[in-house]
Amino acid sequence: MSAPARPLDELDRRIINLMQGDFPLAERPFLGYVNRLNVSERQLIARIERMLQERTLTRFGPLFNADRMGGVNLLAAMAVPEADYEEIALVVNAQPEVAHNYRREHALNMWFVVAAETPRRAEKACARIEAATGLEVFRFPKEREYFVELKLQA
Amino acid sequence: MSTPHSRTPAHKLDDVDRRLVRATQGGLPLVPRPYHQLADQLGLPPEEVIARLRAMLDSGVIRRIGVVPNHYALGYVANGMTVWDVDDAHVDTLGEAVGRLDCVSHCYRRPRRPPMWPYNLFAMVHGHSREEVETQAARIADLLGPALRARDILYSSHILKKTGLRLTESASGER
Repeated sequence: MSAPARPLDELDRRIINLMQGDFPLAERPFLGYVNRLNVSERQLIARIERMLQERTLTRFGPLFNADRMGGVNLLAAMAVPEADYEEIALVVNAQPEVAHNYRREHALNMWFVVAAETPRRAEKACARIEAATGLEVFRFPKEREYFVELKLQA
Repeated sequence: MSTPHSRTPAHKLDDVDRRLVRATQGGLPLVPRPYHQLADQLGLPPEEVIARLRAMLDSGVIRRIGVVPNHYALGYVANGMTVWDVDDAHVDTLGEAVGRLDCVSHCYRRPRRPPMWPYNLFAMVHGHSREEVETQAARIADLLGPALRARDILYSSHILKKTGLRLTESASGER
Protein backbone atom coordinates (compact mmCIF):
# COMPACT_ATOMS: atom_id res chain seq x y z
CA MET A 1 0.00 0.00 0.00
CA SER A 2 1.44 3.36 -0.99
CA ALA A 3 1.71 6.43 1.18
CA PRO A 4 -0.77 9.26 0.56
CA ALA A 5 0.13 11.94 -1.96
CA ARG A 6 0.05 14.78 0.56
CA PRO A 7 2.86 14.64 3.11
CA LEU A 8 1.77 14.88 6.74
CA ASP A 9 1.86 18.39 8.12
CA GLU A 10 2.37 19.49 11.71
CA LEU A 11 -1.34 19.38 12.56
CA ASP A 12 -1.74 15.85 11.16
CA ARG A 13 1.18 14.68 13.27
CA ARG A 14 -0.09 16.31 16.43
CA ILE A 15 -3.55 14.85 15.91
CA ILE A 16 -2.05 11.38 15.49
CA ASN A 17 0.21 11.71 18.52
CA LEU A 18 -2.46 13.21 20.76
CA MET A 19 -5.66 11.47 19.76
CA GLN A 20 -4.99 7.71 19.58
CA GLY A 21 -6.74 7.15 22.87
CA ASP A 22 -8.68 8.96 25.60
CA PHE A 23 -11.11 10.74 23.27
CA PRO A 24 -13.44 12.29 25.87
CA LEU A 25 -16.89 10.94 26.65
CA ALA A 26 -18.28 14.46 26.89
CA GLU A 27 -20.92 16.56 25.23
CA ARG A 28 -18.40 18.35 22.97
CA PRO A 29 -15.38 16.08 23.03
CA PHE A 30 -13.39 17.87 20.32
CA LEU A 31 -13.26 21.03 22.43
CA GLY A 32 -10.80 19.34 24.77
CA TYR A 33 -8.17 19.49 22.01
CA VAL A 34 -8.62 22.97 20.52
CA ASN A 35 -6.18 24.72 22.84
CA ARG A 36 -3.50 22.07 22.63
CA LEU A 37 -3.77 21.89 18.83
CA ASN A 38 -4.46 25.60 18.32
CA VAL A 39 -7.34 25.01 15.93
CA SER A 40 -11.09 25.54 16.14
CA GLU A 41 -13.48 22.69 16.80
CA ARG A 42 -14.70 22.94 13.19
CA GLN A 43 -11.16 22.88 11.77
CA LEU A 44 -10.28 19.85 13.87
CA ILE A 45 -13.34 17.91 12.70
CA ALA A 46 -12.68 18.88 9.08
CA ARG A 47 -9.06 17.77 9.37
CA ILE A 48 -9.95 14.37 10.82
CA GLU A 49 -12.47 13.95 8.02
CA ARG A 50 -9.79 14.76 5.45
CA MET A 51 -7.26 12.38 7.03
CA LEU A 52 -9.85 9.61 6.82
CA GLN A 53 -10.55 10.40 3.17
CA GLU A 54 -6.83 10.43 2.40
CA ARG A 55 -6.40 7.15 4.30
CA THR A 56 -3.86 8.66 6.69
CA LEU A 57 -6.31 7.38 9.28
CA THR A 58 -8.07 4.07 8.88
CA ARG A 59 -10.72 4.84 11.49
CA PHE A 60 -11.92 7.31 14.07
CA GLY A 61 -13.97 6.08 17.02
CA PRO A 62 -14.08 3.26 19.53
CA LEU A 63 -11.86 0.23 19.02
CA PHE A 64 -13.78 -2.82 20.13
CA ASN A 65 -12.26 -5.96 21.58
CA ALA A 66 -14.32 -8.98 20.56
CA ASP A 67 -12.71 -11.10 23.32
CA ARG A 68 -14.32 -8.93 25.96
CA MET A 69 -17.80 -9.40 24.53
CA GLY A 70 -17.42 -13.12 25.04
CA GLY A 71 -16.29 -13.33 21.44
CA VAL A 72 -13.01 -14.12 19.76
CA ASN A 73 -10.32 -12.63 17.57
CA LEU A 74 -8.98 -15.65 15.78
CA LEU A 75 -5.77 -15.35 13.79
CA ALA A 76 -5.81 -17.63 10.78
CA ALA A 77 -3.58 -18.25 7.78
CA MET A 78 -3.63 -19.99 4.42
CA ALA A 79 -1.07 -21.08 1.85
CA VAL A 80 -2.62 -19.58 -1.29
CA PRO A 81 -1.31 -20.40 -4.76
CA GLU A 82 -0.06 -17.17 -6.39
CA ALA A 83 -2.20 -17.67 -9.50
CA ASP A 84 -5.38 -17.66 -7.40
CA TYR A 85 -4.30 -15.08 -4.85
CA GLU A 86 -6.58 -12.18 -5.81
CA GLU A 87 -9.63 -14.35 -6.27
CA ILE A 88 -9.14 -16.00 -2.89
CA ALA A 89 -8.55 -12.64 -1.21
CA LEU A 90 -12.00 -11.59 -2.47
CA VAL A 91 -13.58 -14.72 -1.00
CA VAL A 92 -11.89 -14.20 2.37
CA ASN A 93 -12.60 -10.45 2.50
CA ALA A 94 -16.26 -11.05 1.66
CA GLN A 95 -16.78 -12.73 5.05
CA PRO A 96 -18.08 -10.05 7.43
CA GLU A 97 -16.20 -11.70 10.32
CA VAL A 98 -12.83 -11.07 8.61
CA ALA A 99 -11.64 -7.87 10.28
CA HIS A 100 -8.09 -7.66 8.86
CA ASN A 101 -6.34 -9.48 6.09
CA TYR A 102 -2.67 -9.11 5.21
CA ARG A 103 -0.47 -10.59 2.54
CA ARG A 104 2.73 -11.85 4.15
CA GLU A 105 5.88 -13.29 2.66
CA HIS A 106 5.91 -16.93 3.70
CA ALA A 107 4.50 -20.25 2.46
CA LEU A 108 1.54 -19.21 4.62
CA ASN A 109 1.00 -16.05 2.58
CA MET A 110 -2.46 -14.85 3.65
CA TRP A 111 -3.03 -13.96 7.31
CA PHE A 112 -6.36 -12.75 8.54
CA VAL A 113 -8.18 -12.08 11.79
CA VAL A 114 -11.67 -13.48 12.24
CA ALA A 115 -13.49 -11.30 14.80
CA ALA A 116 -16.74 -12.84 15.91
CA GLU A 117 -19.05 -12.67 18.87
CA THR A 118 -18.87 -16.37 19.53
CA PRO A 119 -16.21 -19.02 18.89
CA ARG A 120 -18.83 -20.89 16.89
CA ARG A 121 -19.29 -17.98 14.47
CA ALA A 122 -15.54 -17.70 14.02
CA GLU A 123 -15.31 -21.41 13.31
CA LYS A 124 -18.18 -21.21 10.82
CA ALA A 125 -16.45 -18.36 8.97
CA CYS A 126 -13.26 -20.47 8.71
CA ALA A 127 -15.28 -23.46 7.50
CA ARG A 128 -17.01 -21.32 4.86
CA ILE A 129 -13.65 -20.11 3.62
CA GLU A 130 -12.35 -23.68 3.46
CA ALA A 131 -15.43 -24.84 1.55
CA ALA A 132 -15.26 -21.93 -0.90
CA THR A 133 -11.54 -22.17 -1.57
CA GLY A 134 -10.66 -25.83 -1.06
CA LEU A 135 -7.68 -24.65 1.03
CA GLU A 136 -6.91 -25.46 4.65
CA VAL A 137 -7.34 -22.58 7.09
CA PHE A 138 -4.68 -22.84 9.80
CA ARG A 139 -6.16 -21.56 13.07
CA PHE A 140 -3.92 -19.79 15.57
CA PRO A 141 -6.15 -18.98 18.56
CA LYS A 142 -4.48 -16.85 21.20
CA GLU A 143 -3.49 -18.88 24.25
CA ARG A 144 -2.00 -16.01 26.22
CA GLU A 145 -1.92 -12.27 25.62
CA TYR A 146 1.30 -10.75 26.93
CA PHE A 147 0.88 -7.25 25.53
CA VAL A 148 -1.33 -5.19 23.23
CA GLU A 149 -0.58 -1.54 22.67
CA LEU A 150 -0.58 -0.11 19.22
CA LYS A 151 0.42 3.52 19.40
CA LEU A 152 2.43 4.90 16.55
CA GLN A 153 4.37 8.14 16.61
CA ALA A 154 3.99 10.40 13.59
CA MET B 1 -4.05 1.88 28.07
CA SER B 2 -2.58 -1.56 27.58
CA THR B 3 -4.34 -3.47 30.32
CA PRO B 4 -4.95 -7.01 29.12
CA HIS B 5 -8.36 -8.10 30.34
CA SER B 6 -7.86 -11.65 29.16
CA ARG B 7 -8.25 -13.24 32.56
CA THR B 8 -11.34 -11.39 33.75
CA PRO B 9 -14.86 -12.40 32.71
CA ALA B 10 -16.50 -11.01 29.61
CA HIS B 11 -18.88 -8.07 29.71
CA LYS B 12 -22.35 -9.26 28.72
CA LEU B 13 -23.81 -6.83 26.20
CA ASP B 14 -27.54 -6.20 26.22
CA ASP B 15 -29.56 -5.27 23.13
CA VAL B 16 -29.07 -1.54 23.64
CA ASP B 17 -25.30 -2.04 23.94
CA ARG B 18 -25.36 -4.06 20.76
CA ARG B 19 -27.20 -1.30 18.89
CA LEU B 20 -24.62 1.15 20.16
CA VAL B 21 -21.76 -1.09 19.04
CA ARG B 22 -23.32 -1.43 15.60
CA ALA B 23 -23.84 2.32 15.34
CA THR B 24 -20.20 3.12 16.23
CA GLN B 25 -18.15 0.24 14.84
CA GLY B 26 -17.68 2.11 11.56
CA GLY B 27 -16.62 5.23 13.47
CA LEU B 28 -18.04 8.14 15.46
CA PRO B 29 -20.05 10.86 13.69
CA LEU B 30 -17.76 13.76 12.79
CA VAL B 31 -19.88 16.49 14.36
CA PRO B 32 -19.34 18.72 17.42
CA ARG B 33 -21.70 16.57 19.54
CA PRO B 34 -21.09 13.02 18.31
CA TYR B 35 -22.71 11.28 21.29
CA HIS B 36 -25.82 13.46 20.97
CA GLN B 37 -26.11 12.55 17.31
CA LEU B 38 -25.82 8.87 18.23
CA ALA B 39 -28.46 9.37 20.90
CA ASP B 40 -30.87 10.91 18.36
CA GLN B 41 -30.16 8.10 15.93
CA LEU B 42 -30.82 5.42 18.54
CA GLY B 43 -33.66 7.14 20.40
CA LEU B 44 -31.72 7.21 23.70
CA PRO B 45 -30.85 10.03 26.10
CA PRO B 46 -27.30 11.31 25.40
CA GLU B 47 -26.34 10.63 29.04
CA GLU B 48 -27.17 6.97 28.52
CA VAL B 49 -25.07 6.74 25.34
CA ILE B 50 -22.12 8.21 27.23
CA ALA B 51 -22.67 6.04 30.32
CA ARG B 52 -22.85 2.86 28.25
CA LEU B 53 -19.73 3.72 26.28
CA ARG B 54 -17.95 4.44 29.54
CA ALA B 55 -18.98 1.07 30.96
CA MET B 56 -17.67 -0.67 27.83
CA LEU B 57 -14.41 1.26 28.08
CA ASP B 58 -14.04 0.35 31.77
CA SER B 59 -14.65 -3.34 31.13
CA GLY B 60 -12.31 -3.46 28.13
CA VAL B 61 -15.02 -4.12 25.50
CA ILE B 62 -13.73 -0.85 24.05
CA ARG B 63 -9.92 -0.83 24.08
CA ARG B 64 -9.75 2.89 23.42
CA ILE B 65 -11.49 5.72 21.58
CA GLY B 66 -9.56 7.84 19.12
CA VAL B 67 -7.91 8.00 15.73
CA VAL B 68 -6.40 4.88 14.18
CA PRO B 69 -3.51 5.81 11.91
CA ASN B 70 -2.55 3.91 8.81
CA HIS B 71 0.97 2.56 9.50
CA TYR B 72 2.09 3.03 5.95
CA ALA B 73 1.06 6.69 5.89
CA LEU B 74 3.28 7.28 8.94
CA GLY B 75 6.29 5.73 7.28
CA TYR B 76 6.03 2.45 9.20
CA VAL B 77 6.44 0.58 5.96
CA ALA B 78 8.10 -2.47 7.54
CA ASN B 79 5.59 -4.41 9.60
CA GLY B 80 7.15 -7.61 10.78
CA MET B 81 5.31 -10.41 12.49
CA THR B 82 8.24 -11.94 14.35
CA VAL B 83 7.60 -15.56 15.29
CA TRP B 84 9.58 -17.72 17.66
CA ASP B 85 9.74 -21.34 18.75
CA VAL B 86 10.36 -21.00 22.47
CA ASP B 87 10.69 -23.76 25.03
CA ASP B 88 7.23 -24.25 26.59
CA ALA B 89 8.70 -24.24 30.10
CA HIS B 90 9.90 -20.63 29.63
CA VAL B 91 7.53 -19.10 27.08
CA ASP B 92 5.23 -17.33 29.55
CA THR B 93 8.03 -15.61 31.46
CA LEU B 94 9.83 -14.71 28.27
CA GLY B 95 6.62 -13.62 26.50
CA GLU B 96 5.99 -11.07 29.26
CA ALA B 97 9.53 -9.74 28.85
CA VAL B 98 9.25 -9.52 25.06
CA GLY B 99 5.92 -7.69 25.43
CA ARG B 100 7.64 -5.07 27.58
CA LEU B 101 10.07 -4.08 24.78
CA ASP B 102 9.16 -0.66 23.30
CA CYS B 103 9.28 -1.93 19.74
CA VAL B 104 6.66 -4.64 20.30
CA SER B 105 3.01 -3.66 19.82
CA HIS B 106 1.33 -7.04 20.27
CA CYS B 107 2.67 -10.21 21.84
CA TYR B 108 0.85 -13.52 22.11
CA ARG B 109 1.35 -17.22 22.71
CA ARG B 110 -0.38 -19.33 20.06
CA PRO B 111 -0.40 -23.04 19.20
CA ARG B 112 2.19 -24.58 16.90
CA ARG B 113 0.99 -26.30 13.71
CA PRO B 114 3.79 -28.73 12.92
CA PRO B 115 5.34 -29.40 10.52
CA MET B 116 4.17 -26.26 8.69
CA TRP B 117 4.46 -23.98 11.69
CA PRO B 118 6.80 -24.66 14.63
CA TYR B 119 6.38 -21.23 16.31
CA ASN B 120 4.50 -20.55 19.56
CA LEU B 121 5.37 -16.90 20.33
CA PHE B 122 4.21 -14.02 18.10
CA ALA B 123 5.48 -10.44 18.51
CA MET B 124 4.49 -7.64 16.11
CA VAL B 125 7.28 -5.18 15.38
CA HIS B 126 6.78 -1.97 13.38
CA GLY B 127 9.67 -0.11 11.79
CA HIS B 128 10.55 2.44 9.15
CA SER B 129 12.67 -0.16 7.37
CA ARG B 130 13.32 -3.87 7.43
CA GLU B 131 16.74 -3.17 8.92
CA GLU B 132 15.07 -1.48 11.86
CA VAL B 133 12.73 -4.47 12.33
CA GLU B 134 15.70 -6.85 12.12
CA THR B 135 17.66 -4.89 14.72
CA GLN B 136 14.66 -5.13 17.03
CA ALA B 137 14.24 -8.84 16.29
CA ALA B 138 17.88 -9.33 17.30
CA ARG B 139 17.06 -7.77 20.68
CA ILE B 140 14.17 -10.20 21.08
CA ALA B 141 16.46 -13.11 20.17
CA ASP B 142 18.97 -11.97 22.83
CA LEU B 143 16.22 -11.87 25.40
CA LEU B 144 14.99 -15.36 24.51
CA GLY B 145 18.52 -16.76 24.81
CA PRO B 146 18.87 -20.54 25.05
CA ALA B 147 15.08 -21.09 25.15
CA LEU B 148 14.91 -20.05 21.48
CA ARG B 149 14.90 -22.91 18.98
CA ALA B 150 13.73 -21.38 15.68
CA ARG B 151 12.59 -18.01 14.38
CA ASP B 152 11.25 -16.17 11.38
CA ILE B 153 9.94 -12.72 10.41
CA LEU B 154 6.89 -12.43 8.18
CA TYR B 155 6.59 -9.02 6.58
CA SER B 156 3.23 -7.76 5.43
CA SER B 157 3.41 -6.62 1.84
CA HIS B 158 -0.24 -5.55 1.38
CA ILE B 159 -3.24 -4.72 3.52
CA LEU B 160 -5.99 -6.75 1.85
CA LYS B 161 -8.68 -5.67 4.32
CA LYS B 162 -8.80 -3.60 7.50
CA THR B 163 -12.22 -2.85 8.91
CA GLY B 164 -12.17 -3.92 12.52
CA LEU B 165 -14.98 -5.78 14.20
CA ARG B 166 -18.38 -5.81 12.50
CA LEU B 167 -21.32 -6.98 14.58
CA THR B 168 -23.92 -8.65 12.45
CA GLU B 169 -27.65 -8.15 12.90
CA SER B 170 -28.61 -11.71 13.73
CA ALA B 171 -25.99 -12.77 16.25
CA SER B 172 -27.95 -11.94 19.40
CA GLY B 173 -28.32 -14.95 21.62
CA GLU B 174 -26.48 -17.33 19.34
CA ARG B 175 -23.87 -19.50 20.96
